[in-house]
Amino acid sequence: MDTTVAVRGRGITKIFGDVVALDHIDVNVAQGQIHGLVGPNGAGKTTLLGLLLGLSVADEGRLEILGAPVGRALAAPDGVSGFVDGPGLYPTLTARQNLAALAALRYRDTRTAGIEEVLDQVGLAEVADDKVRGFSLGMRQRLGLAAALLTKPRLLVLDEPANGLDPSGKKHVHGVLNRLAAEGTTVILSSHRMDDLEALCSEVTILATGRVVFSGPVAKLSDENRELDYRLRTSDTPAALAVALETPGISVIEGSDAVARGDDSVIVVRGLVSALDELVSRVVRADIAVRELAPVVSPLEAAFLALTEQENGR
Amino acid sequence: MTATLAEAPVVDEARPAAARPVPLSRVYRFELVKQFSPWRVRVLILLCILGPGILIFGINQQSTLPSDTLFGREMHATGWAGSLVTLGFAGTWALPFFASAVAGDVFASEDRTGTWRHLLVAIRSHRRIFAAKALASLTVLLLLVTELFASSVIGGLIAVGDKPLIGLDGHTLGPGNAAGTVLLAWVCVLAPTLALAAVGLLGSVAFGRSPMGLLLPMIVGLGMQVAQMLPMPVAVRLAFPGYAFISWNGLFTEPRQLGPLLIGIAVSLVWAVAASTLAYLMFVRRDFTNITNDGAGRRVLTLGVLPMLGVFAATIGVAAASTGATSSGIDQNKIQQSVATVFAHLYRLQEQELNRPPLTEAQLQTSASCVKSEGLVAQEGPGNDWRCTVSWHVPGVTLTGQAIYQLDVNPNGRYIADGDGPQEVNGFFLVHTADGDIPNPLWQFDGNVDLLPTH
Repeated sequence: MDTTVAVRGRGITKIFGDVVALDHIDVNVAQGQIHGLVGPNGAGKTTLLGLLLGLSVADEGRLEILGAPVGRALAAPDGVSGFVDGPGLYPTLTARQNLAALAALRYRDTRTAGIEEVLDQVGLAEVADDKVRGFSLGMRQRLGLAAALLTKPRLLVLDEPANGLDPSGKKHVHGVLNRLAAEGTTVILSSHRMDDLEALCSEVTILATGRVVFSGPVAKLSDENRELDYRLRTSDTPAALAVALETPGISVIEGSDAVARGDDSVIVVRGLVSALDELVSRVVRADIAVRELAPVVSPLEAAFLALTEQENGR
Repeated sequence: MTATLAEAPVVDEARPAAARPVPLSRVYRFELVKQFSPWRVRVLILLCILGPGILIFGINQQSTLPSDTLFGREMHATGWAGSLVTLGFAGTWALPFFASAVAGDVFASEDRTGTWRHLLVAIRSHRRIFAAKALASLTVLLLLVTELFASSVIGGLIAVGDKPLIGLDGHTLGPGNAAGTVLLAWVCVLAPTLALAAVGLLGSVAFGRSPMGLLLPMIVGLGMQVAQMLPMPVAVRLAFPGYAFISWNGLFTEPRQLGPLLIGIAVSLVWAVAASTLAYLMFVRRDFTNITNDGAGRRVLTLGVLPMLGVFAATIGVAAASTGATSSGIDQNKIQQSVATVFAHLYRLQEQELNRPPLTEAQLQTSASCVKSEGLVAQEGPGNDWRCTVSWHVPGVTLTGQAIYQLDVNPNGRYIADGDGPQEVNGFFLVHTADGDIPNPLWQFDGNVDLLPTH
């Protein structure tokens, strides 16, 4: 693991009127890491992203970004880029003009700023001279990412970057983010799409009502989570069901939404990973072919639901 | 939390990543790009460069002239009149509209497009964003005003030519003098345009994406024009930031009526500074983490309306104390002096046109006796019930010449005198000269009463 920290926050608190948006939270994000920020609406994600982008300052606590303590001034440190609540684009300008205007702000000669490269990276080269007014949500998201890339960020902060993206666009974006991380750029992204977070992030921070309820590797989150529901499809459903019922630590879930589609070849079982290992072993020994074994909801989503519901129940 | 990272070194400890705002010049260029990108601004630019010239050229091809408009009846006589007609129209309609369309939208457009956060992250300085937006708005407004001026002058000169202009006291401005004075008049209206632009900035910051911000300069501008048509003490009239849209008239008298003009410009600049400062304070205090809050709300009243009302009240007080102008500013003596002066200048002009021996104003010893409502009401204030009898002496002629005028005096001091006989002096709109019939300068003329007390 890279042990250099790009973002370090200690006891960060942000209050809007009577609302405590962030309540003494600690944050660590390693350099070159894609770090997910997840939480229900109103958990404080956007507030935290705003602090990282210099849109607001914390009322309490200490925040260091890329080695510099964040002061009281409303300004993001050099090397930080990104967007919250959607990318900021000017609809009366073309995609290229939007990027050129941004490049001109950043001391760059627009001819050598890499506009073509970033447009190509996000798959918008063909519509570079179209006005942004006509862009779909997904295209705007990709152009917003291109704008962030143009500044050669060392810390990229993105809020719901996959919003509105089709599978092809999502593939583009994932590829770009993975490449950036491989090159040492730290990426912090907030999303409600657990599949995206699981696919991209090595670590996540889960926020609920302004507090951190989990922060660490996604794998650890899965391990820490108690029991998960899995869809099990086999060559012999009745036999597999009998094996499952006899396996210690495994319970069979009847009437689950996962099998409510009239698919008799699927059963849903619940258990820890260790119990699931035992079940698979027994099924195979019984000469039953395992055709599919997948969590009904992703471990991250299950953990998210469990942790946030637990927090909200306090 | 990730314990493995808790004590790890932070990236680039030796080289802190300080926040460096983008230089103002770059932000300004960025704002200019945005200002010129909407189609409405491009259309305005095109209209301003083509519209006045074409309109003036077209009017000059017609037999009837906009004689109700100041300098309108001179459009056939001199190319400079068209520019002044354009200036009058611009002060009433075009410049408030430009202030709305440009300055009134400069902040609101970021709310509509949801680009505030993008802008703040990219530029990293509220101050520079504000300064750049204000400067870019100013640049576009200056461009539009310059276009109006250039187009109207070029249109007028092409249509009629560089001819002398008759001023509002009847004296003749030679072509060079007319050119300089017309330019000066256009420069003077930059001050109230700035004031309206600042009101636009304030509205744009205060109301956010609400159309009220966009409409505010238009509403204020038109409201001021309507107010100027109402009878009110001069001190109140002077306190409106749009007074310089009218008081440039004083440049076309001899001597120039500079008092109201300079006060009007000063008031406009005070409004420009006050509204800009309030807009700045409101802008830097805005919380951009809450995207649903575009700034509209309680602060509109506390940081917008109330302070500007305070500026207005203070200006009235200062104007009243410094000028003592607490009445309408229009009285019998001023009207009599003004009408006599204008008549003397124009009578001399008429004599020249008729190829009669040259006279001087001093030789004519012109005087005027004016009464309002046949003496039945107080002899002061605006109205169309003023009637003047002008008397003059022609050297070598024992009889005293007399002519009657009906006056329509506006509350802002401008009046139209309509000749009521005798026919050979002011009763017919043409005079017969050796070269043919030409407009009679004494038939109808414009004048301007200085509203400030004369000592």
